Amino acid sequence: MVNLLLMVSVFAISFIIGYLLISRVPTRLHTPLMSMTNAISAVTILGGVLLFADDTTTFEKWLGASAIALAAFNVVGGFAITDRMLKMFKRKEPHS
Amino acid sequence: MDSTWSLLIDSIIIAILFLALGQFKTPQIARCGNWTASFALLCAMMVVLVRNTLQEPIVVVLALAVGGAVGWLVARRVTMIQIPAMVAFQHGAGGIAAFLISFVELTRDQSDFRLVEQLSGILGIIIGAATFNGSMVASAKLAGLVRQTPILLPKHNFILVVIVVGLAAFGAFAVFSSGLPLFIASLVLIGLSILLGAVFAIRIGGADMPVLISFLNATAGVAASFCGIIIQNRLLIACGATVAASGSILTHVMCKAMNRTLFKVLVADDLQSIATAPQDQNLITPSLFPTPEPVSQDGTPIDHAVEVIRDSQTVIIIPGYGMALAHAQFEIVKITNWLKQHGKKVRFAIHPVAGRMPGHMHVLLAEADADPEMLFDLPEINSQFQETDLALIVGACDVVNPAAITAKGTPISGMPILAAHEARYVLVCNLDERPGYSGVENPLYHSPKTILLAGNAKDTLNQLLQAFDASFRS
Repeated sequence: MVNLLLMVSVFAISFIIGYLLISRVPTRLHTPLMSMTNAISAVTILGGVLLFADDTTTFEKWLGASAIALAAFNVVGGFAITDRMLKMFKRKEPHS
Repeated sequence: MDSTWSLLIDSIIIAILFLALGQFKTPQIARCGNWTASFALLCAMMVVLVRNTLQEPIVVVLALAVGGAVGWLVARRVTMIQIPAMVAFQHGAGGIAAFLISFVELTRDQSDFRLVEQLSGILGIIIGAATFNGSMVASAKLAGLVRQTPILLPKHNFILVVIVVGLAAFGAFAVFSSGLPLFIASLVLIGLSILLGAVFAIRIGGADMPVLISFLNATAGVAASFCGIIIQNRLLIACGATVAASGSILTHVMCKAMNRTLFKVLVADDLQSIATAPQDQNLITPSLFPTPEPVSQDGTPIDHAVEVIRDSQTVIIIPGYGMALAHAQFEIVKITNWLKQHGKKVRFAIHPVAGRMPGHMHVLLAEADADPEMLFDLPEINSQFQETDLALIVGACDVVNPAAITAKGTPISGMPILAAHEARYVLVCNLDERPGYSGVENPLYHSPKTILLAGNAKDTLNQLLQAFDASFRS
């Protein structure tokens, strides 16, 4: 029960702090923001890795490996695209 | 003692993540924030690897390497036009990972769960699988593989209700079962949820896509959180919750910008019943300026356009999804520079739902290197149209449709619009005169002060640029 309470409060606190921080993000950064949070949601990759902390059947191994690969695709791709996008926002130096 | 340490370490990682979000204020700092967030995830990964011994390290490393490499390559190759489709696709990848992990954890032999974990595992499966397929449909729509307009199945709402009832029934059964029945029930739940994602997403289209993408962003986060509850991992729960918060905010902002409730956008809106807009021109004529001389009918529209632009001192450019489709952002910036060279005041007015995802126009204009100081949001600039000589509309329709103010009972009624109709002249570079996604006639097209340059926006703008050069050489 204590454990459940802890998990619920982790969710609630993260949601509230996240909400407060993100509501201050200016409109023009909304696409990069979504792209970055998208990468963060691939934190499920930890769950995929943790599957292999116990013994796995062949079936579970395949599912686990697929989950890890897809989450890795999401996390690496998400951060890389966000970076490319934000790089474009930089004012380029005038050509001299 | 051990658990105190691990709680402390987890808290630090979550704090780093919040620090990253706090850095999303200007593009330059946000870039640093993006790296901070990836650092937080890397730390989380390290912690997991240190705390646990892996049984199959080779499989894990291989999967990581393959997924990461593909992700990196795709991210390098993708063009800015493809970004909305790509982001939607990645939501799907996150969803699929969440439901696979929930599924394995729930059904594996060693598992001995209490009610809460079992319930969150089942919710993780449902939300993850629905997010996965909803995102796939959204991505296919955005990439142009599926028709962008809403696809309405016969008895669409009925089908949705049947699927949801089925999910509730099998979900309830799965919560109280174990072993083989649980395995089978989970498979059925996955199938139903995938179906739900498709049925849910397929009827949302066009200008409602920003809401759908934001919503899927939020559900991907929620799926990750449930996944975190079943494996009892605080980091997963915290990261998922943060993403859910971000997605919720964006969804709310998008809905507000269209003056519609989330429920109406996602479920109940019937776009078949479209009222026609009133043709009363008085409603469109500005009060501040005397009615301008109607644009004369001799000569080509391009000539008139050049003439009007030459006479204008202040110009507001309104980009829309048509700009993205025509890849016309570079031409727009060229025109902007030309106008500025000739001493005109140029600004951009950006409607929150212009494009297909939140902030879409900003990214495209940044790609074309537009001066960020020139970009204004709707509330900042809307009062300026009255004192503006020319509103230049490029590929936008619904967001400047005065029928949103004047007509009742249309899908866009009450939606805040950019007041292009208040400018002295309006120049429209759209593909055709057809209504926008909402299906509501735009009376602005028929106003005497409007010059309509029909055709691909990129071609039209290039013609304009050539005409400028010619007119200033002579």
